[in-house]
Amino acid sequence: MTAVTDTRTHTPNATPARPTAGVRRRGDRSRAASVGLHATLIVASVIAVFPVLWVLLTSLKPAAYATTTDFFKETTFENYTKLLADTPFLTWFGNSLLIAGLTTVLGVFTAATTGYAVSRFRFPGKRGLMWTLLITQMFPMAVLIVPLYNIMSSLGLLNQAAGLVITYLTIAVPFCAWMMKGFFDTIPREIDESGMVDGLTPFGTFWRLILPLAKPGLAVTAFYSFVTAWGEVAYASAFMVGDENLTLAGGLQKFVNQYGAQWGPMTAASVLIAIPAAIVFLFAQRHLVTGVSAGAVKG
Amino acid sequence: MAVHTGQSVAKAAGDSDVARGRSRGTGKPPGGLRRSVSTHWYAWAMVAPVVAVIGVIVGYPLVRGIYLSLTDANERNVERNIGVNHLPATYEFVGLDNYADALTGGQFLSTLGWTLVWTVSCVGITFALGLGLANILNRRIAGRSAYRMMLILPWAVPGFVSVFAWRFLYNEDRGFLNKLLAGGGIDAVPWLNDPTWAKFSVIAVNIWLGVPFMLVALLGGLQSIPGEMYEAAEMDGAGPWQRFRHITMPGLRSVSTTVILLSTIWTFNMFPVIFLLTRGGPGEATQILVTQAYKFSFEISPRDFAQSSTWGVLILVLLMIFAVVYQRVLRKQGDTW
Repeated sequence: MTAVTDTRTHTPNATPARPTAGVRRRGDRSRAASVGLHATLIVASVIAVFPVLWVLLTSLKPAAYATTTDFFKETTFENYTKLLADTPFLTWFGNSLLIAGLTTVLGVFTAATTGYAVSRFRFPGKRGLMWTLLITQMFPMAVLIVPLYNIMSSLGLLNQAAGLVITYLTIAVPFCAWMMKGFFDTIPREIDESGMVDGLTPFGTFWRLILPLAKPGLAVTAFYSFVTAWGEVAYASAFMVGDENLTLAGGLQKFVNQYGAQWGPMTAASVLIAIPAAIVFLFAQRHLVTGVSAGAVKG
Repeated sequence: MAVHTGQSVAKAAGDSDVARGRSRGTGKPPGGLRRSVSTHWYAWAMVAPVVAVIGVIVGYPLVRGIYLSLTDANERNVERNIGVNHLPATYEFVGLDNYADALTGGQFLSTLGWTLVWTVSCVGITFALGLGLANILNRRIAGRSAYRMMLILPWAVPGFVSVFAWRFLYNEDRGFLNKLLAGGGIDAVPWLNDPTWAKFSVIAVNIWLGVPFMLVALLGGLQSIPGEMYEAAEMDGAGPWQRFRHITMPGLRSVSTTVILLSTIWTFNMFPVIFLLTRGGPGEATQILVTQAYKFSFEISPRDFAQSSTWGVLILVLLMIFAVVYQRVLRKQGDTW
């Protein structure tokens, strides 16, 4: 790791320090230091991107060449066409999209109301609620998975999207509510007061004044809920059976067992699965840094 | 700083005793319960959905799991339907036997040992890398946002896709890594088929997955430290190391404690990475507590629900102890959390 020297915050209107002759000010680096920093970042970025990139490149090679080390080899889309034609991939994709979408919408809403209540009001049971939210993060699903399976089957929710959505909410909402609380803590209370003065109900204040200000927090929460639901494996494989109900995670499991040696279709499937997550990520990423830190600092 | 729900906000800010709510509607002072309902109803209404969901989905299964861990329930004696025949449950209450077995048997303790190694090394290395990269990204450097995008990428790709990508790279005969080594004249490494290498490999993948979250959180923390503090320190002649030690570290304290607590909990229970990469193999070399508990209830025959629940409850107890100790230590150091 390179030694950490000067860190500085970047305000948009900060003008870079002009070096005066012979004196090196903070923020100006020697050439060697610059090269070192860029080298570190480039190595880290390559490591971060390469596995994903490699899958993408492999999916564009004919299946026979899947394990060659050439970056490009007779680029073709045959892996994709095969995948879509011969497997229920699109069905799985639809299932996952439905489940992740519902989880995101409901998760953002419940996390926001809970976060707001905990941030602004003092009410009996608040501390207990905060602790409960933290402790639910500690639940190993192994404890829950069998009893939950039984509940779901008695409620008739096995093989139903609703069953998985409810389950994913229990994973996503506690963390998101903590984050939203931290976020609302950073929004000045005067805004709530002005809403009250204008005769808004607490709900009205929350809905019309505070939520629009909390967009970055909502973006982070949405991203987290989506990614949680989109990539979850254990519950999805335990609760869903039968080709037409599987989510992508469950479907891909079958895939590995059936087409274990066929890297070609697998890589194509992986790329298609990564695309929606990447789109959500692109929307959220501008807010990620502010969002996570606000939650973490004030949490 | 929370405000009382019962009072006008301006008056309530800053006082912490229980305020009297305005009694709504009735002329008489209402009774205690009525008053607290009329005072706090909207706060409760806002948290109700979460409480309901957590109560049903977490509360009931947890109680049930604790109960199962005190019985000898398995696939053959639980309530089940075979065709049209309904068989009632025949499992019996065995008290704390399961716990005694787990804590005195070798399997639980050896799995716990590896789980601790896994958690500490993952969280430690991930945090160090995240901190280093966040510090670099917090400076004026060309291409900052491009670097940031690339470094956060592993977080955006669904976990099971990343794990698949890594399996593809790790593949012993045809994986990219071994072909790369072969190019350098080095023998193939059994990344996932040798106990020691497999442990190394799963830790590497989990670090790869975990750095973006740390990076994002710490970068946010760094950006909330006022630049003037660094300026002032420099005026007073503090060197780069002193600035890091006395401004950056304390400034990142609250973010760090939160992310370390969370990632420790998450890593301890990190099911997908182990499950998808090695299935706990080779042998049981990479099995952590969670994956082993899952295996008891889904992958062995007869499926052993009691043992699975016992391990689950033990995991929960361990993590709660950890959280309490962690908080105590922080409080001793003067952190109110």
